[in-house]
Amino acid sequence: MSLWEYANPKKFMQTSAWLLPWFTGLAGLTLVSGLVWGFFFTPDDFRQGATVKIIYIHVPAAMMAINIWIMMLVTSLIWLVRRHHVSALAAKAAAPIGVTMTLIALFTGAIWGQPMWGTWWAWDPRLTSFLILFLFYLGYIALWEAIENPDTAADLTAVLCLVGSVFAVLSRYAVLFWNQGLHQGASLSMDREENVADVFWLPLVTCIAGFVLFFVALLLMRTRTEIRARRLKALIARERMA
Amino acid sequence: MPDLGKYAAEVLSAYGVSVLLIAVLVGWSFLRAARVRRALEDAEARSRAHGR
Repeated sequence: MSLWEYANPKKFMQTSAWLLPWFTGLAGLTLVSGLVWGFFFTPDDFRQGATVKIIYIHVPAAMMAINIWIMMLVTSLIWLVRRHHVSALAAKAAAPIGVTMTLIALFTGAIWGQPMWGTWWAWDPRLTSFLILFLFYLGYIALWEAIENPDTAADLTAVLCLVGSVFAVLSRYAVLFWNQGLHQGASLSMDREENVADVFWLPLVTCIAGFVLFFVALLLMRTRTEIRARRLKALIARERMA
Repeated sequence: MPDLGKYAAEVLSAYGVSVLLIAVLVGWSFLRAARVRRALEDAEARSRAHGR
């Protein structure tokens, strides 16, 4: 069995129909558990007070915003190289989820930043690259909507995705490149010393798992819709020609 | 409800805005999925009826 089997829309529809309820159930369970655990059953931070509870939304949303773009990059490359429609449609389906995650990260970051830094916004490298990533998401979605021919739209959006990847990577590593920013370093790391304390870490990891599962469930659902929309467009075009 | 002290407005608005944005995204995705599925079923029925 090859992974490329799932590039066949029919096979993808069959497999995703089976997977979707499982991912939806798991996502709901994990997300609610993580958020309830973090919000109700964790202490305040000695320096940041109750604002530390924002971490359970802000960090997973920011991680998803970057990683969804990377996923779109991979599927766009598959489209450009192998011309599998499902991969281009998966990238299209992922973009609105990515823009929502970016918006959540920007909003919660501003709300958190105001009491901690004394400002809603600063032209900090990480914040700025995140804002540019948000604009790239908007541009990507707009480009899909603006072009009538789906293959041309897939080609052009794939190229835009390649360019935007610079900012996705920059959003992740900006704090390492430039040290003058307000934003602190990573909250999660392979190095245990750099991690937040266990009492915050465990619910945070649960929330991240919940966000990932939520993304997969919604992505499957939205990709199924895009495959149906593509078939609908083809049928309507055939009707018009008949 | 935990005691959020002087940061209650910040924490609650962060959660409120996030839940609202996610609800809008999920709601919109479901509505579009239902609309596209209905339209496709109609188009396929028309196609079968005309033997295409």
